[in-house]
Amino acid sequence: MTTGGWINLILSVGFVTVLFVWCIWRVLRGPKDPAKLAHIEPLDEDEAGRR
Amino acid sequence: MAKIQEAWSSRLGVILAVAGSAVGLGNFLRFPGQAAQYGGGAFMIAYFVSLLIVGIPICWTEWTLGRYGGRFGFHSTSGIFHALLRKPWGKYLGVIGFIVPVMIYMYYVYIEAWCLGYAVNALSGRLNEPGVNYSEFFGRFTGASGDGVALHFGLGDVGIFLVIVYLLNFFFIYRGITKGIETVCKYAMPALIAIALIILVRVLTLGTPDATKPDQNVMAGLGFMWNPGDIATGLKNPQLWLAAAGQIFFSLSVGFGVIITYASYLRKKDDVVLSGLTASATNEFCEVGLGGLITVPAAFMFLGAAGIVGQGTFGLGFNVLPEVFARMPAGQMFASIFFLLLFLAAITSSLSMLQPGIAFLEEGLGIERKASVALLGLVTAIGTMFVWYFSADLKALDTIDFWVGTVMLFVQATILIIIFGWVVGVEKGWKIAHEGAEMRIPDIFKVIIKYITPAFLVAIFVMFTLKNVFGWNFSLGAAEFNPTGYVQDLVGEKPNHVARLSVGLIVIMTIFSLLLVNIAGKVWAKRDIIEKENH
Repeated sequence: MTTGGWINLILSVGFVTVLFVWCIWRVLRGPKDPAKLAHIEPLDEDEAGRR
Repeated sequence: MAKIQEAWSSRLGVILAVAGSAVGLGNFLRFPGQAAQYGGGAFMIAYFVSLLIVGIPICWTEWTLGRYGGRFGFHSTSGIFHALLRKPWGKYLGVIGFIVPVMIYMYYVYIEAWCLGYAVNALSGRLNEPGVNYSEFFGRFTGASGDGVALHFGLGDVGIFLVIVYLLNFFFIYRGITKGIETVCKYAMPALIAIALIILVRVLTLGTPDATKPDQNVMAGLGFMWNPGDIATGLKNPQLWLAAAGQIFFSLSVGFGVIITYASYLRKKDDVVLSGLTASATNEFCEVGLGGLITVPAAFMFLGAAGIVGQGTFGLGFNVLPEVFARMPAGQMFASIFFLLLFLAAITSSLSMLQPGIAFLEEGLGIERKASVALLGLVTAIGTMFVWYFSADLKALDTIDFWVGTVMLFVQATILIIIFGWVVGVEKGWKIAHEGAEMRIPDIFKVIIKYITPAFLVAIFVMFTLKNVFGWNFSLGAAEFNPTGYVQDLVGEKPNHVARLSVGLIVIMTIFSLLLVNIAGKVWAKRDIIEKENH
């Protein structure tokens, strides 16, 4: 692999990896309060037809 | 009794569901092939430019419009456009958001069955037996060698796997957003990334697998994929831009009708900006960070450049890689888990294709989950059986993929971005997008979304049509047009009856969908009147 290949690989893979890790980190440290998240749908099987 | 509203149970759940929808076979098979073909450097520049001006902006647009439509109780593209535009024709603009996922599902589930079938056949050792002719196996297993040849139900046939994946998909979709889609994606996506990392370590530690071919080593394999080539010349090549933009476009599943539907199950104050970016970043990590380091380098190490060049997505995945795994130490195990990875990537995508259809049938026809699942099951089963039977050269699959999975997708994405940027208006759209947002979209994206993305999309679509429909030679000075096979199959001197039947199926499905939208419009109009009276 050439030097250019290494630069290309490191920049491309590095960029998407850093972006992915940063986003996941931001999401995980976001609001934990379930009230701030969407509510949970009913769990009873027999209610499935009414959804 | 009031209708129970479905919703996501967690933020990570919806992000993984959207990412799961986007991560598919293209991440591990199509992307590396394209990057290697066009030379790593120029292709990656065009790829990241397309990500910034097409992929991420349309993702944000879809997330925003979807959540906004959900506020009015709509979850399908037609319903959301009806709520958003408040015009009689608005709902018809969203019809593609029903047709595209439903018709893509018809053939995608068939490919998903290949992945599961290959995983089981690899595990049983059948793919590792000496003297296996992989193209012959592929031809018989998928039916590519002739119409009807795949209609068998043995372990070495696709039939049993097709039944299994069909039942799995409809079982999970029937369980609903949280217990079905979200549960599958919460387990499948981390499992997919873990499997990809295991295979990545295996590939990067192969060294020089064949001592008699010292040139075919891990460094040369990576170089084949990533060496930049002539960047300046590459960037002047319109085909490269078309390939890179197309890869971003299809990889992120924008314009599908899936993101808009998924986002409609969010609440008003749930974040869409960071969530949308995270889902896109997860897809990009799987594509560039994992897919870009596994398949093509591995294939190069065992088969050299000659074994890869000219292979399409299916060729690389189902002909080249089984041979690569057969030559690899512990190849039986790695082949099994690789095809399991493809199966996981496929099922998280196929599930997402069903939800827009289910949502539309429920809210448009006012029917319950059981009835909508049954109706959608019947419609998609007809299409899948069509693709399964007319399998010679995968003609039916390829024809539907081209006209629906490519052309209609471009149209839908263009409609979406124009509605956001020009009908809703960037300023209002910006305000809606930032309700509950955990990060701000840089203001430069206002200009991008309003002007650059639509212009770029239209330019790419025009180029795509000129090349893939009219057969343009990409020359301005000495332009030549030779209509491609997709056109010749329909109106050429020797038309292909399967291609014609496939287009007939698309036309029937389009008429059927328009009729459904018309019926839905009447239901929604009545609902609007009742709501007005109540207020």
